Amino acid sequence: MSNAAGGPGFEIVARQDFSDVTFLLEIRHPMLAKAARPGQFVIVMASEHGERIPLTIADFDRSRGTITLVIQAVGKTTREMQRDCQVGTKLLALVGPMGIPSHIGKARKVLCVGGGLGVAPVYPQARGYKESGAYVIGVLGFRNRDLVFWEDKFRACCDELILCTDDGSAGLKGMVTEGMRQAIAKHPDIDECVAIGPPVMMKGCAEVTRPHHIHTIVSLNPVMVDGTGMCGGCRVKIGERVKFACVDGPDFDGHEVDFDDLMFRLQRYKPTEREALERFNDSCRLRSQIP
Amino acid sequence: MAAPKKKKTIRMIPQARTPAHEQEPLVRARNFEEVNCGYHIEDALLEAERCLMCPEQPCVNGCPVGVRIPDFIQKLTEKDFRGAYDVITATNLLPAVCGRVCPQENQCEGVCTVGESLEPVAIGRLERWVGDQAIKEGWANVPYIERNAFRVGIVGSGPAGMACAADMAKAGCEVTVYEAFHQAGGVLKYGIPDFRLPNEVVDAEIGKLERLGVRFECNTLVGRLFSIEQMIEEMGFHAVFIGTGAGYPSFMGIPGESLNGVLSANELLTRCNLMRARDFPNYDTPLQPGRRVAVIGAGNTAMDAMRVSLRLGAEKVICLYRRSHAEAPARAEEIHHAEEEGVEFNWLVSPVEILDDGKKGVRGVRCIRMELGEPDESGRRRPVAVPGSEFEVEADMVVYAIGTNANPIIGQTSKLKLNKWGYIATDENLATSIPGVFAGGDIVTGAATVIEAMGAGRRAAGAMKAFLGLLDTDRVYAERPATADSTLFGIDRAERGYARVRLPR
Repeated sequence: MSNAAGGPGFEIVARQDFSDVTFLLEIRHPMLAKAARPGQFVIVMASEHGERIPLTIADFDRSRGTITLVIQAVGKTTREMQRDCQVGTKLLALVGPMGIPSHIGKARKVLCVGGGLGVAPVYPQARGYKESGAYVIGVLGFRNRDLVFWEDKFRACCDELILCTDDGSAGLKGMVTEGMRQAIAKHPDIDECVAIGPPVMMKGCAEVTRPHHIHTIVSLNPVMVDGTGMCGGCRVKIGERVKFACVDGPDFDGHEVDFDDLMFRLQRYKPTEREALERFNDSCRLRSQIP
Repeated sequence: MAAPKKKKTIRMIPQARTPAHEQEPLVRARNFEEVNCGYHIEDALLEAERCLMCPEQPCVNGCPVGVRIPDFIQKLTEKDFRGAYDVITATNLLPAVCGRVCPQENQCEGVCTVGESLEPVAIGRLERWVGDQAIKEGWANVPYIERNAFRVGIVGSGPAGMACAADMAKAGCEVTVYEAFHQAGGVLKYGIPDFRLPNEVVDAEIGKLERLGVRFECNTLVGRLFSIEQMIEEMGFHAVFIGTGAGYPSFMGIPGESLNGVLSANELLTRCNLMRARDFPNYDTPLQPGRRVAVIGAGNTAMDAMRVSLRLGAEKVICLYRRSHAEAPARAEEIHHAEEEGVEFNWLVSPVEILDDGKKGVRGVRCIRMELGEPDESGRRRPVAVPGSEFEVEADMVVYAIGTNANPIIGQTSKLKLNKWGYIATDENLATSIPGVFAGGDIVTGAATVIEAMGAGRRAAGAMKAFLGLLDTDRVYAERPATADSTLFGIDRAERGYARVRLPR
């Protein structure tokens, strides 16, 4: 359960539900809003009994003193947050910004690719590149038209936007890799690509850009506890080396990341996670049966 | 008038060391209650009699913070328990913690005069008893604090930060301690398990700091939320102490380390202790418990990881250490406790590969036997692999407890000078390359002990007081005759921003 207003913690000032699984929280934390840079993440703990979960910062507004997180309710913790995190309640813990900020370099033409839970985190990067004067091509992937969000925000900072849906109900039918291929065919002079989303998507994106030698940055989100380099749970294989995503990343060269290793390591706590979700669903069912 | 006390001799004191009350090994190996239940009052009084009150007082020099040990034991024998507490807290802020976690056998007890012919005085147990008594009775030594205008920022709320914070608060500064986790205490909270150091003890000690006026700000990642430079330049701190700990666990770089079921002791302990994964599903943090757990290393962290694994329900826990029992860096009591609880020690063994069970999990560890060769630079005999001695041990979880490297965050985000290993470079006063910024504890020395970190925090506080021009109450200032032009209203002009005023005679 989230804290009621008045207790310690970080106040939720706005919430928006994009679909039955995706929702947005805007949280007041003026210092964090001031310090945050594209590519960084925070660790959130909703309540005293909760776990610490890493979430990429989807937006920050220095004048309002808020940061924005977009959350997919897929496990027990995120489902519980979906239920309990309402405007006026508080998150028990919010710490960040963590990780090394993305390097917004001198690239002149950039492909910003976001799929699923990666759509929101790629937004600050797209905006960052736009502000640095680059030509930004956005490629966003959703399962269907009803799940599309932030199209307007992306249109405002992208010179071109390619929308992809699995069923073709909006934009292009197919996955983001299809959108990327089209963009690369049209613009052979793309010099950088940022891809954020599920590991399997980022792996696909890296394979699309590899033959074209386009420098590709991916943002990794492995299992972590503290987010400060202390537990080593987030170690990832980058080429021959082992890195900690929390302090050495989360951005890495997509052509060097061992995605298969990442995907296996994300399964580490699957049995317990599944058990927790089942329990949560049961308790919700019981609760809904109370007249 | 009382007759002068007769000098005690070794024959006059109780010959055997008073045992502490402990939970039965097989019972405690399945619960998280404290293993060592400490002394009762009669035990403490009996053990206090064993101190010879020798004039050399080697124990005081053996203590990293120089607790006046014979003085507090003397108070105990006089049943002046509050007096004993006052003596300890004059130098050591956290007796209940240090009594539990200090490696006394290498410090005070290791040089105890009684120890030359009998078992040494159980100084640690006595200190703990006094500390526990203080918590029970609600004693806290809050001195009269003369406020000054200085603001001090402390980065990290572990033992080094807490010790520095206490001294600076006592000196009259406004002290803020920043912690990245959602709870203060650092390694005392996330690392050391409850059966060795209950979290209530840590919270009680933090409560004492708050009574001195220290403010704790959790959920604050210094370096990333604001930098060390910003603390000095923008946030109005006159001095900063960095005590972030080493915190970047080492792995060996052998095949199989990325298999699921391989983790650092830090991760295991943090999940279990701070995040309470042991109470899953009441707490959400998951922990996939191992059935057969192999722990690599033989330091205190390794002992904690092994004993936590037993308590989480492991059937078998084995320790793999490349040197022998004699070189194991853990406290003697911890190794002894682990042995009693059924941990199987494999000395002179080093892992060479972690074996895949075919599903990206662990099925075992391939090891090689070692023998001890010539002493290395640490003075310990260097382990050398015995060719052809490879063998396999069965395990489904492998925990690394082989030390830590420097945490990179402060280095990434400030211009502080680092040494070649990535730790913060300091001079002998623990001053860093930025004026007003001091550092101490594991982030300077690499992994060490709680008491050494506290000692560093106190040393840094001493240097910080000198930097700020504060009178250091720990220092004996030379008696100078006060003349009319060197004083103002009877106060020495050379003293500025002092916490306490030296009273003119």
